[in-house]
Amino acid sequence: MIGGLFIYNHKGEVLISRVYRDDIGRNAVDAFRVNVIHARQQVRSPVTNIARTSFFHVKRSNIWLAAVTKQNVNAAMVFEFLYKMCDVMTAYFGKISEENIKNNFVLIYELLDEILDFGYPQNSETGALKTFITQQGIKSQHLTKEEQSQITSQVTGQIGWRREGIKYRRNELFLDVLESVNLLMSPQGQVLSAHVSGRVVMKSYLSGMPECKFGMNDKIVIDKQGKGGTTDDTGKSGKQSIAIDDCTFHQCVRLSKFDSERSISFIPPDGEYELMRYRTTKDIILPFRVIPLVREVGRTKLEVKVVIKSNFKPSLLAQKIEVRIPTPLNTSGVQVICMKGKAKYKASENAIVWKIKRMVGMKESQISAEIELLPTNDKKKWARPPISMNFEVPFAPSGLKVRYLKVFEPKLNYSDHDVIKWVRYIGRSGIYETRC
Amino acid sequence: MTDSKYFTTTKKGEIFELKAELNSDKKEKKKEAVKKVIASMTVGKDVSALFPDVVNCMQTDNLELKKLVYLYLMNYAKSQPDMAIMAVNTFVKDCEDPNPLIRALAVRTMGCIRVDKITEYLCEPLRKCLKDEDPYVRKTAAVCVAKLHDINAQLVEDQGFLDTLKDLISDSNPMVVANAVAALSEIAESHPNSNLLDLNPQTINKLLTALNECTEWGQIFILDCLANYTPRDDRESQSICERVTPRLSHANSAVVLSAVKVLMKFMEMLPKDLDYYGTLLKKLAPPLVTLLSAEPELQYVALRNINLIVQKRPEILKHEMKVFFVKYNDPIYVKLEKLDIMIRLASQANIAQVLAELKEYATEVDVDFVRKAVRAIGRCAIKVEQSAERCVSTLLDLIQTKVNYVVQEAIVVIKDIFRKYPNKYESVIATLCENLDSLDEPEARAAMIWIVGEYAERIDNADELLESFLEGFHDESTQVQLQLLTAIVKLFLKKPTETQELVQQVLSLATQDSDNPDLRDRGYIYWRLLSTDPVAAKEVVLAEKPLISEETDLIEPTLLDELICHIGTLASVYHKPPSAFVEGSRGVQHKRLPARAGSGESAESPEVGQSGTSEAPPAVIPSQGDLLGDLLNLDLAPATTTVPSVQPSMQMGAMDLLGGGLDSLPGVSHRTEMQSPQPSSDYSERELGGDIGGSPSMGAALGAPAAMPAALSNAPAVGGGLGDLFDLGGGVGMPTGFYVAPKTLFLPAMKAKGLEISGTFARRGGIIQMDLSLTNKAMSVMTDFAIQFNRNSFGLAPAGPLQVLTPLTPNQTIDVSLPLGTTGPVMKMEPLNNLQVAVKNNIDVFYFSCQYPLSLLFVEDGKMERQVFLATWKDIPNDNEAQFQIKDVHLNSDAASNKLQGSNIFTIAKRTVDAQDMLYQSIKLTNGIWVLAEMRVQTGNPNYTLSIKCRAPEVSQFVYQCYELVLKN
Repeated sequence: MIGGLFIYNHKGEVLISRVYRDDIGRNAVDAFRVNVIHARQQVRSPVTNIARTSFFHVKRSNIWLAAVTKQNVNAAMVFEFLYKMCDVMTAYFGKISEENIKNNFVLIYELLDEILDFGYPQNSETGALKTFITQQGIKSQHLTKEEQSQITSQVTGQIGWRREGIKYRRNELFLDVLESVNLLMSPQGQVLSAHVSGRVVMKSYLSGMPECKFGMNDKIVIDKQGKGGTTDDTGKSGKQSIAIDDCTFHQCVRLSKFDSERSISFIPPDGEYELMRYRTTKDIILPFRVIPLVREVGRTKLEVKVVIKSNFKPSLLAQKIEVRIPTPLNTSGVQVICMKGKAKYKASENAIVWKIKRMVGMKESQISAEIELLPTNDKKKWARPPISMNFEVPFAPSGLKVRYLKVFEPKLNYSDHDVIKWVRYIGRSGIYETRC
Repeated sequence: MTDSKYFTTTKKGEIFELKAELNSDKKEKKKEAVKKVIASMTVGKDVSALFPDVVNCMQTDNLELKKLVYLYLMNYAKSQPDMAIMAVNTFVKDCEDPNPLIRALAVRTMGCIRVDKITEYLCEPLRKCLKDEDPYVRKTAAVCVAKLHDINAQLVEDQGFLDTLKDLISDSNPMVVANAVAALSEIAESHPNSNLLDLNPQTINKLLTALNECTEWGQIFILDCLANYTPRDDRESQSICERVTPRLSHANSAVVLSAVKVLMKFMEMLPKDLDYYGTLLKKLAPPLVTLLSAEPELQYVALRNINLIVQKRPEILKHEMKVFFVKYNDPIYVKLEKLDIMIRLASQANIAQVLAELKEYATEVDVDFVRKAVRAIGRCAIKVEQSAERCVSTLLDLIQTKVNYVVQEAIVVIKDIFRKYPNKYESVIATLCENLDSLDEPEARAAMIWIVGEYAERIDNADELLESFLEGFHDESTQVQLQLLTAIVKLFLKKPTETQELVQQVLSLATQDSDNPDLRDRGYIYWRLLSTDPVAAKEVVLAEKPLISEETDLIEPTLLDELICHIGTLASVYHKPPSAFVEGSRGVQHKRLPARAGSGESAESPEVGQSGTSEAPPAVIPSQGDLLGDLLNLDLAPATTTVPSVQPSMQMGAMDLLGGGLDSLPGVSHRTEMQSPQPSSDYSERELGGDIGGSPSMGAALGAPAAMPAALSNAPAVGGGLGDLFDLGGGVGMPTGFYVAPKTLFLPAMKAKGLEISGTFARRGGIIQMDLSLTNKAMSVMTDFAIQFNRNSFGLAPAGPLQVLTPLTPNQTIDVSLPLGTTGPVMKMEPLNNLQVAVKNNIDVFYFSCQYPLSLLFVEDGKMERQVFLATWKDIPNDNEAQFQIKDVHLNSDAASNKLQGSNIFTIAKRTVDAQDMLYQSIKLTNGIWVLAEMRVQTGNPNYTLSIKCRAPEVSQFVYQCYELVLKN
């Protein structure tokens, strides 16, 4: 299991050091600093073995988090734990920075004591932790016995992510379907790989212990209903169903029920959390198409022309469009002409960055640039990195639709109709690249 | 108020100030002071001097302050054991606190204080806490048992905490169950043979129920524990799999990977024809792909594991090639791993896409990645034959880029391609030679030199090229020196006239001016070979090389199986067994996959297969252990014992040189060694198999040229030859040769995974030979043949290796003659002429037994002096005389005598009495036993009477059989 956990700043100074196991000594702290943080070469692996001690590290801005062990631990668990640790810290004091960590070091030690016992991760749900680890943590003596056992039963209970007795005047929930669409396209316009990785994020402000049921246009569910129901029904919705390659759920979702009935039922945590993640690869709507044309004119000049086409309903509006056209390292000057938006050559990033604030569907726009090159005697050819794109569109490129989210709370007197529900779809670019 | 200020106080006299503050009356000031102490402790300052003052702050109702003091205690208690006792009272009191959070905190902290005296006091509170009404306290106490066990294992056992811990597995609270499982698993690891976890269907059921309810971490503990269980049968295995599969949809990647581990392991037990087996395979792919959208560090862990899964069960991800395409922004460690998996998944169906990608990668920035991409192109060529041509042309394109490391890497892989497809792509050699000057890495230089040497006859200026390397001979690395030496010798053997000077130069450089023993040895061997027997040298040096295998860099199957049991853990990330990086006893037990239950699959499990063969020919096969033990001696012993003085140096030479040669062909040799799969599931046996297959000297011995049998014509053979001449002079007539029976089937293909062996025995010119026909009736190529005999009545043993130089392709038959010696270990067999043989190839070891004619052992100098014969005949008691009838022989006495002489049965005298010819004959066996015979032949009567006298009467029966055989054929 995890033998110790250290947090360093970018210089390699220790900010937090907590040792859980006897086999980890103080020298481990230095070993990591010397061999990883101060290493001359770029780190080639997130797992490093130094003198039979294994170090797992993740980096958040310029803070290093390292877990140390001498045993054959579950490596996936250690990384999941480190991410969780970051989430918990962010939930408590915001951004993970040297300043914030130093300001909250007592709290961090308290958290580390609670969520890791002898190197075994314990309940690390912020909802539950916040009930008894507070920054002013002196509450204990004021608690009644009932309150105390409520805390412990929540921390250890089956529904560790939600406490009892939550009350809202207005029961409200927000569903965000956030998708990132990834594409790798050949210069000829052939899709080499494309997939959507999506998340359903829920903000729930619901009283009591509500039982929820979430439905979407999952092909398997629709087809099943289609068989049992009328043909009329499939005619309406069957066409729009989507094939989900795989999905994973927040721990509140009853997985065995999903496995057997493919229904998604759960008691949600309070506030914001990620209900599910999914991935699709079939019938993806690619919101933009990039058509590159690169021509080498002699040895000192490149001509680049890039056309982008928006491929969605004209009534919709894409935002924050950015096209990044890489330029060779020996670029001496660039002239750009674009019909729409603004384009600039950024020498420090070796790229032409073309920004368009908004663009409606079924339109196209074009940029052309002349790149002057310094003659070099470097034999190595320019690697021609792909042209990448960023954007945001108000629909789900996978075609996913939320069909319903039903809320039942039998003990309190509000029904599904009383809950105010909001659904929003945002499609963003993930790694959206076209080779040139 | 910010706490960061505590990190900056670096004044002198700080400790005194802190001391004063700690003893202050004001609560706030105390707390501030403790915070300062902790901050100093964090940055590595020694604040142990404040111990008593800090411990004094322990008695407080401020929970935050209490936790800080506890933190301090955990760090310094060990250095101040006596003072730590001061804290005990507070702990004991806190364990009785009405607040469960405080009770848990106390028991949790106490377990972290590694002071013997404190642990004594811990027992009572711990016992109470294990039975606490509050689950939060119980789950903390469960972990505390593991802590205590780490400090004092005996105490935990004596106090009966282990039983209490076991009871907690049935606790109503899932988190308590999870922590109890974690603690028990850890304790069980340090007691490998204890039945601590006692997994049975009931407990498994409890665990599976808790699995649905506990936290994500608890699910991991439970799944990791489940993976250690071996289900009773395939039905139980299936039902566990069914209850574990929903975990594949968990958001936590570690839960998913641990579930994959359980499924991969239990799947072993499911019959392959089961519908559920197919369903399960299909279910595994999507979650594995999803892992690739996790954060990069987790992707790395996932990819390392997928690498194992793809090797174990390629079918799971065979259609998912695209998800392993490298993204421009992937961290380098993810890129390199993806590349590895791409090559593993490459097949004829997707090779076009893969190649296009690889070509793209070869233009990237990161040097390691580019190199690996280039190497990958070569591996594709070797793996998918149809793509070889495109790969070669891609590599040539890359060489044209003139990027130094790309060129070098390309040359290294092209050498491998040459070895895989000889005489196919040699047209590119010219292009390669153009780049000779740009090569500065040893591996690339060595590869290029190998190519020049191997194809010296096609490269007009090969001598000039090699000579240019020779100039800086001593500055080269060993790898290049060795290769250069071999290449020049090859060149010399191919073009002896022009290159004599060159070869002398290199030999003297290697033998006289070098300090490297390997190089010197190889130099001397070549030198002696060339000077004694150039023809043999040619056979040795220019011998046909075994083809390199298709799959490269595979993990050895036994290790792979063990790593599959460690999916998700560090072992699977390092691709090493835990014993390689874990100190002490913990986690060093070897895990293994369960055996498949289905009967249809028995061929897959060698254990079953072997017991099958041993059942079929009853009573002849000795215990496996014996034979395997004998097989271990296989390397050298039999060869050197029979071979006279010159031989050893010869043979050693051939071996060293080939061994060395293989070593210096980077990767290739190791890969081929890795190839010999020993898919047995028993560990110890596999170790053994690994030794046999892995021993490089073995491989070399097998590859050694056919010089051996000829050289074997040793002393007794010469003597025999003279004897023959003498007899010829005596005018008895032309003796017919040794009778060789037609080949009979020794080992049917059914029993040996497709290898069929038939054979016979012969004695030729004084050498005993076993003529074997090996037929490959399986679908895959067989390589790495070796043979070994069990101890037998006359000490027969192979006098040389089994000469199967080229891999045996499906449906191919190869005839080999194995020279036998008679100086092997002796054990009387029943029947006397029984011979038990073990044959090994890359697939397995097979056993069979056969019987040889005793005439095999009749030596050439078996003709006795008449007087001696008479004396001996009288000397042997009459009880030892045996009489036989040989029926239906239509030969006259002279013809019979002539025929028998071919088999070394010598007629000493002939007497004719009453139209009855009496032939007196003598035979000598290899072990010096004399057999005397009197054969009566009546003219006109086809039945002979044979009387045999021998001091060892057991052989008579078999001698008679020889007479029968010889005379009737």
